[in-house]
Amino acid sequence: SIIKEMAASSAVTADYVLKPPPYSLDALEPFMSRQTLEFHWGKHHRAYVDNLKKQVLGSDLEGKTLDHIILNTYNNGDLLPAFNNAAQAWNHEFFWESMKPGGGGKPSGELLALLERDFTSYEKFYDEFNAAAATQFGAGWAWLAYADNKLKVMKTPNAVNPLVLGSFPLLTIDVWEHAYYLDFQNRRPDYIKTFMNNLVSWEAVSSRLHAAKAASSSSA
Amino acid sequence: MMMTTTSSFLWSCSLLPSQGPNRQTQWKRHEKVLSFSLSCSPKSTVKFYMNGALVSRQLSRKVAVSGVVRAGFELKPPPYPLDALEPHMSRETLDYHWGKHHKTYVENLNKQILGTDLDGLSLEEVVLLSYNRGNMLPVFNNAAQAWNHEFFWESIQPGGGGKPSGDLLRLIERDFGSFDDFVERFKAAASSNFGSGWTWLAYKANRLDVANAVNPLPKEEDKKLVIVKTPNAVNPLVWDYSPLLTIDTWEHAYYLDFENRRVEYINTFMEKLVSWETVSTRLESAMARAVQREQEGTDTEDEENPDDEEPEVYLDDASEEVD
Repeated sequence: SIIKEMAASSAVTADYVLKPPPYSLDALEPFMSRQTLEFHWGKHHRAYVDNLKKQVLGSDLEGKTLDHIILNTYNNGDLLPAFNNAAQAWNHEFFWESMKPGGGGKPSGELLALLERDFTSYEKFYDEFNAAAATQFGAGWAWLAYADNKLKVMKTPNAVNPLVLGSFPLLTIDVWEHAYYLDFQNRRPDYIKTFMNNLVSWEAVSSRLHAAKAASSSSA
Repeated sequence: MMMTTTSSFLWSCSLLPSQGPNRQTQWKRHEKVLSFSLSCSPKSTVKFYMNGALVSRQLSRKVAVSGVVRAGFELKPPPYPLDALEPHMSRETLDYHWGKHHKTYVENLNKQILGTDLDGLSLEEVVLLSYNRGNMLPVFNNAAQAWNHEFFWESIQPGGGGKPSGDLLRLIERDFGSFDDFVERFKAAASSNFGSGWTWLAYKANRLDVANAVNPLPKEEDKKLVIVKTPNAVNPLVWDYSPLLTIDTWEHAYYLDFENRRVEYINTFMEKLVSWETVSTRLESAMARAVQREQEGTDTEDEENPDDEEPEVYLDDASEEVD
């Protein structure tokens, strides 16, 4: 399926490995503190990877790629045991790569054109993405995703991600409390704005869009 | 609207929210609830007669003596100072968890209900109405979280932990095998509740597994203690269970003290914080309520509904008509 192909070609290819973010843990200061990275990457993300390894050991999922595990344990929402750890491992790697030091600002080129086409304006997209992230009650993620040649904003609970919902993820923000608690306590809207204004790596999003379009057209 | 009051109110220091024995009366939105401010502890429940039925309401709001109900639920402080649970739950955690999270739920709830039909109802009524069979109305999350947090602060105490006794211990041993078995299962539920949510010990005294407008009366074997885990803001009130104990496993509950070590937080909660006295009191009330319901059920089973309406538990937000 297209999604499986896309999953295979996505940037997340390190299986069961706790990949460090593509910047040092203090590089996102003051917008996301080193302490947050130490906990969020160093403990939460690490635990998902470690627990996934333990979980698949000796099972028929052993040796399978992360993407395979995710797609095969989603089970139409009736999650099989390995899903949460596998998806969270994937989501977090994708998240670190969605940000960069000196990030934020506006996208450009094809990405901007598509955002303007599918949301009317960049500002409308910004508002919609903010709203999704702010209204995902409890734990979850907000996404910019690509499907059927259209960009769209999605929000998902807990570990769910667009891969299992038939869409290519392009950008994500983690809205589990552990993502923003140390820096923002309960002020999630402030965290979201900071993410958008100062952290998003539009380069990463653009290259993912490029890959998504290539994967789509190659299977057309 | 007909309201007759007894000449003196029945005071009780119950830690339970109101779960009126006559659910039919409870859900009629035309009747305004009158609460009266008191000088006694904020945990009091006032009982009074409304349309011939004994109804109880937890006092959670101040109102003017004239009986006009002003909107606004209060942010009740925990029944101990914010540093009293140290070192097991830090003052800093209470400052944020109660002082920001819980406070925000209450404030946002008040903004949401002001001037609406829900204005004037008790917190529990708002929770039950807005659950709407799982298709939650916008106010549910704030209302339920306000209720859950108040219940949570009262579930713990300085110098807590240890073992329960009396009826509570007897029922735990009956329904879980042993106290240790219960603890193990409770901890397992709390640690495996992925994402945000709560884990509960509850008293279940209904015949069916789902709440229903009219339940057949439960038999003795249907009445039991159960452990339930719920996601996000959901609580067992919505299934007509009587909550007895809860642990908050949203990350904000344990992040500052335990980071991602939820298991350690749960262990500490069980060993050092649980207020078994409170749980016992709640159990006694729950059992009494179950008995009362049965008596009323027996009395009125064959009577016609005086208003010629079907009992209404869930409110259709599109209209107030009954089926």
